[in-house]
Amino acid sequence: MLALLVFLPIAAFIAILLGAPARLTAIGASAINLALGICAAVSWKCTCWAISLPVLEKPALHLAFGYPDGMSVIMVLLSVIVTLAAVLSGKSPEGREKLYYGSSLLISAGALGAFAATDLFFFYAFHELALVPTFLMIGILGRGDRRQAAWKITIYLGLGSIVLLAGLVWLANLTGSYDIPTMIANKALVSHDAQKGIAALLIVGFGTLVSLFPLHSWAAPAYASAPAPVAMLHAGVLKKFGLYGLLRLAIPLVPEGLQFWLTPLLVMLLGNILWVGWVTISQKRLDLMLGNSSVMHMGYIFLAIAALIAFPENPLARSAAIVLMFAHGISIALLFCLADRIERNTGSLDLSDLGGLAKAAPGLAFIFGIAAMASIGLPGLANFSGEVLVFLSAFKGYTGTSGLGPVQIACILSIWGVVLSAVYMLRAYRKIFQGPSVKFTESAADLTCCDRIPAVLLILVLFAVGLYPNLLLNLLK
Amino acid sequence: MNLAWILLFLPLVVAAINQLVLKKSWLVPIFSTASAGATFVIAFMILGQSGTASFAWATIGDFSIDIGIKLDQLSTGMMIVVTGVGMLVHIFSLAYMKDDSAKARYFTGLSLFMFSMTGIVLANNFIMTFIFWELVGLSSYLLIGHWYQKDSAADAAKKAFLCNRVGDFGFMVGILMLWGITGHLTFDGMKGGLETFQAANPAIFSGVLSAAVLCIFCGAVGKSAQLPLHVWLPDAMEGPTPVSALIHAATMVAAGVYMLFRLQFTLGFENFEGLLASQIIAWTGGITALVAALMATQQNDIKRVLAYSTLSQLGYMVMAVGLVAGEAGMFHLFTHAWFKALLFLGSGAVIHACHHEQDIWKMGGLLKKMPITGFTFLVGFLALIAVPGTSGFFSKEQILEAANEKEPILFWIAVIVAVLTPFYMTRLFVVAFLGKTKSENADHAHEVGPLMFVPLVLLAVLGLIAGYPFIASKFAPAYHPTEHLFELGTITYISITAVIIGVVSGFVLYSGKEKDPVSIPLLQNRFYIDGIYDNFIVRYYQDAFAAIVAFFDEFIINGLLVGGLSRAAESTGNIFRKVQSGSLQGYAFVFGLGVILVIYFTAF
Repeated sequence: MLALLVFLPIAAFIAILLGAPARLTAIGASAINLALGICAAVSWKCTCWAISLPVLEKPALHLAFGYPDGMSVIMVLLSVIVTLAAVLSGKSPEGREKLYYGSSLLISAGALGAFAATDLFFFYAFHELALVPTFLMIGILGRGDRRQAAWKITIYLGLGSIVLLAGLVWLANLTGSYDIPTMIANKALVSHDAQKGIAALLIVGFGTLVSLFPLHSWAAPAYASAPAPVAMLHAGVLKKFGLYGLLRLAIPLVPEGLQFWLTPLLVMLLGNILWVGWVTISQKRLDLMLGNSSVMHMGYIFLAIAALIAFPENPLARSAAIVLMFAHGISIALLFCLADRIERNTGSLDLSDLGGLAKAAPGLAFIFGIAAMASIGLPGLANFSGEVLVFLSAFKGYTGTSGLGPVQIACILSIWGVVLSAVYMLRAYRKIFQGPSVKFTESAADLTCCDRIPAVLLILVLFAVGLYPNLLLNLLK
Repeated sequence: MNLAWILLFLPLVVAAINQLVLKKSWLVPIFSTASAGATFVIAFMILGQSGTASFAWATIGDFSIDIGIKLDQLSTGMMIVVTGVGMLVHIFSLAYMKDDSAKARYFTGLSLFMFSMTGIVLANNFIMTFIFWELVGLSSYLLIGHWYQKDSAADAAKKAFLCNRVGDFGFMVGILMLWGITGHLTFDGMKGGLETFQAANPAIFSGVLSAAVLCIFCGAVGKSAQLPLHVWLPDAMEGPTPVSALIHAATMVAAGVYMLFRLQFTLGFENFEGLLASQIIAWTGGITALVAALMATQQNDIKRVLAYSTLSQLGYMVMAVGLVAGEAGMFHLFTHAWFKALLFLGSGAVIHACHHEQDIWKMGGLLKKMPITGFTFLVGFLALIAVPGTSGFFSKEQILEAANEKEPILFWIAVIVAVLTPFYMTRLFVVAFLGKTKSENADHAHEVGPLMFVPLVLLAVLGLIAGYPFIASKFAPAYHPTEHLFELGTITYISITAVIIGVVSGFVLYSGKEKDPVSIPLLQNRFYIDGIYDNFIVRYYQDAFAAIVAFFDEFIINGLLVGGLSRAAESTGNIFRKVQSGSLQGYAFVFGLGVILVIYFTAF
C-alpha cells in the first residue's frame, strides 16, 4: 500500500505530461496522498502497508517499502502535508504549468520513496530522483541569479551524494545485503576500523545534503532563487533525508565510528548554529535570511544526533531529533510560502524596501507572525517541543558530579542560538510589517481566502504538535 | 482542582474565540473583561487550597514532561494578585481604549497575557514555568507593540522580547543543570533529588547549586528587569498605559521574584547559609534598587518616573529573596502590585485627560481638576514612599529588617533608596498635581468617567489596607506575621526619617517651579547604559560582528574553500557544455555521474 503513496505522484506527473490540467491534477494527487498518509500513520503497525518486489537477483535488490518504525511514519506525514501546501500555494508562470507542478510532484515522490524504502538502493535512488527536478526548477524557473544557484546546488549535492554513495556501498558490502533491516541485523560484521571510515563518509555525505557547516553555502542562494514550492519541498522535506539517513543507518550501524568523530561533529553543528546564525543576522533580503535560518536550525537536529551518539541509551535524543525535523519542515515551508506571498503582493523581498505591511495586509502579518514565532521556538508551536527535547537530551548525561561534558557545552552554546534567531526574525518582522507604511506596502493586497488554505493547514499542524507533542511522540512508542 | 484547570485555560479559550470567531466585534472587550472577572472569582474560591494535578505533555519512554498545577498558599495568593489587578485593568481599559480602532486585538492580547501569567503561577514544574515564561514575553511583545505603526513602539516591543530572550538563555541552561543535578523537573521532585545529591557530594554541592541557581536567576534578571537587562522596561512604556499597570508593574515583572521565591521555597534555601548565588542575587537587587531610584529622580515623563520606580521596587524584592528573606520580598510584591497598579492607572487617567500629554512639566494643578484621580494617586504615592499606616510601610519594613540582620551594607543602600523614593515621588506629585497648570492640555483636563475611577478607588483602598495582617495573612502569597505592628524600633525611626527627608527636600526643591531646577545629565541619560547597549552591543557586537562573519562565510568558505572545488567541477562541466551546448545537460552531468557509479558499484 505504501507503494501507492509513492507512485501516485509519479502517476499524476505522467498524467500532467500527457495533458491533464496540471494544477488540478497536482492538488488532487496531493490531497489523496495526504489522506493516505494519515491513514497509514493511524494504522502503521499493520503489515498491510509493507510491500516488497524483487527487482534484481544478484545483487538482491527489492523494490521494498514499509514502516520499520515511527520515524518513517512521521517523515512520510511531513512529506504529504508539505506537498499539499506546496502545490496549493504555488503559482506557476504562464505556460510552464507542466514543468512547475510536475516537478513538484516528482520531488514529493522522491522524498516519499526515500522515507518509505526499506531497501538501500531505492532509499538512495529515490532521493536522487527528487534532486533532478529540484535542479531543473531552480535553473529554469528560479529568480535572481538562478543559473549560479542551480550550479552550486547541483555540484554540492552531486558531490555529497557521491561521497554518501561510497559510504553506503561500503556498508552494503560489509553487511552483505541491501535490505536495511538485514543490514542492521548484521551490524556485527562492520569492524571497528571500517566504522571510522564509513562514519566519516556518511557524516560528510549526509551532512552536505543537510547543509552541515562548512558545506552549507549552497543552501541559502538555492532557496532564495527557487520557486516557492521547490523551496518549501526541499527545505521542508527533502533536506531531512540526510538527517533521516543518519538516524536510520549511521546510528545503528556505525555507532563507534560516529563516536570517533563526535568532537568534529560538535564543532560543525556549532558552526551551523552560531556561525550561520550570525551570517543570518546580517542578511538584507528575506529569502536569503530564511535560507540561512533553515541552515542554522539544522544544527539543533545535529545536536540531538550528537547526544544520541554520546549517550547511546538515550531515548530522548532520537525522539527529539524526529520531532524537531518534523517541526522545522512544517515551519520553514510555511515561511517560504509566506515569503513568496510577500513578494507577489509587494514586489520586493528587500528588507529596506518594506515597512508597515501589517496595515495593508493584517492577515498576512498575523500568519507570518505565527510562522516567525514558530521558527524562533516559541512554546505552543511545534519547534519549541522539539528544541526543548533536544536540550534535555543533550543534558541527559549530566549529573552534576562530573562537570559539563562536550555535548553539554555544545548545548549551552546552542541555546545562545535561540537568542540569535530571535534577533533576526524579530528584526525582519519589525522591518517588513511594523512601522509606517512605505511605497511598496501602501496598497499591497492581503491574503485571499484561497491563499490562506495552505498556510492554515501548516499552522494547524504547528499548533497541534506544539500544544500536545504526544500526538507525534505516541507514533514513536 | 477542576476549578484550577478552568482558571488556567479559560483566558486561552477566550483569546482563541476572540481571535477566530468574534474578530473585530464590539463583544471582544466585554467578553475578555467578563472572563477576567470570572477568573478572579475562581481565584477567590481556590484560595488557600493545596494539591497537585497534571497530565503528560511529552512522553518518551519513562521520561515525561507534564503540564501540571500546584496549588498552595504561594500560588493561590499570587493568583489573587494576578486576577485582581487583571480584572481592574480590564475594566479600566474598557474606557481607556474606547476609541482605539484595534481594541479587539488589544483585549485578545490581555486575555493571552492572563493565560500565560496564570500558567507561570500555577506551574508545578520548571519546563512548564519556562513555557509560560516565554508566552508572557510574547503577550508583552504584542501589547507593547500595540501601536505598531509607531517606530518607537515597534522598537520597544522588539527590545523587550530580546532582553527577555537573553535572560531566558540563562534560565534554560539553569533548568537543564538543575534537572541534571536533581533528576527531576517538578518542584516536588527536585527537593528530594537535591537532598540526595547533597548527601552524596557534600564537597561540590554548594558550588554546583550556585552555578545552577545563578543561571536560573538570569531568567529573573530578564523578566524582572534587573541590572544589566533593565533597559527594556522603561521603553516598554510605549505600550498603552493599562498594559503598563498590569504587565510592567504589578504582575509580569514580578514573575521573576515569584519564580525565585518558588525555587528557594522548594529547595529550602534557609538551610544553605551563605550560598554564593544568594549573595549575588541580593547584591544585584540592591544595586538595581539604588541605580533605578537615582535614574527616576531626573525623568520628566510621568510613566518613565513610575517605570524606574518599579525597577527600584523590584530591586528591593529581589534583594529580599537573595537575603533568603523571600517572605518579605513576596509580601512587598503583594502590596506593591496594588499601589503601583494604582499609580500607573492614575497616570493613565491623567494622560487620557491631558490629551496624551506625558511630560510632567506640562501638567500641574491636576489635583483640583481631577480630584478623584488626584487623591487616589496621592494614596498610591503615600503607600509607595512607605508612610506608616499604608501597606507599603509594612512590607518595606520587613525588607529593611531582613537586610539589617544579614548584610549591613545592603541595609544602608536600601535606606538611601528609601530617601530617594519619596524624593522623586514628591517631585512628580508636586509638579504634576499641585501648583498652576503649565499647558493648554492640562487646562482642559477634567475628571475621568466611572469606568476609570472605580478601579482607581478600589486599588486605593487596597493600597491602604493590604498590608494589615487581617488581609495579608489570608491573601498574600507568603507572609511572615509581625508581632509588633506599630512598635517603634530603630528601623522604624530610620525609615520614617528617610521619608521625611525625601518628602521635605522634594517639596522645597520643586514647589512652584516652572522647570526642573536640577539637571544631572548622568541621571537623565540613565548612566548612559542604553546608549552603550545601542552603540556598542547592538552596533558592534551584533551587527558588525555578524557582518564580519558573513564576509568570511561568503569569501572564505564559499569563495575559496568550497568555491575552488566547485570551480574545478564547473570547468569540467564547461568542457561538457562545449560538446553539448545548453545548460540543462550541465546539471544532469553530475547526476549522471552518480547513476553510473551506482551501477558500477552494485554490478561489480
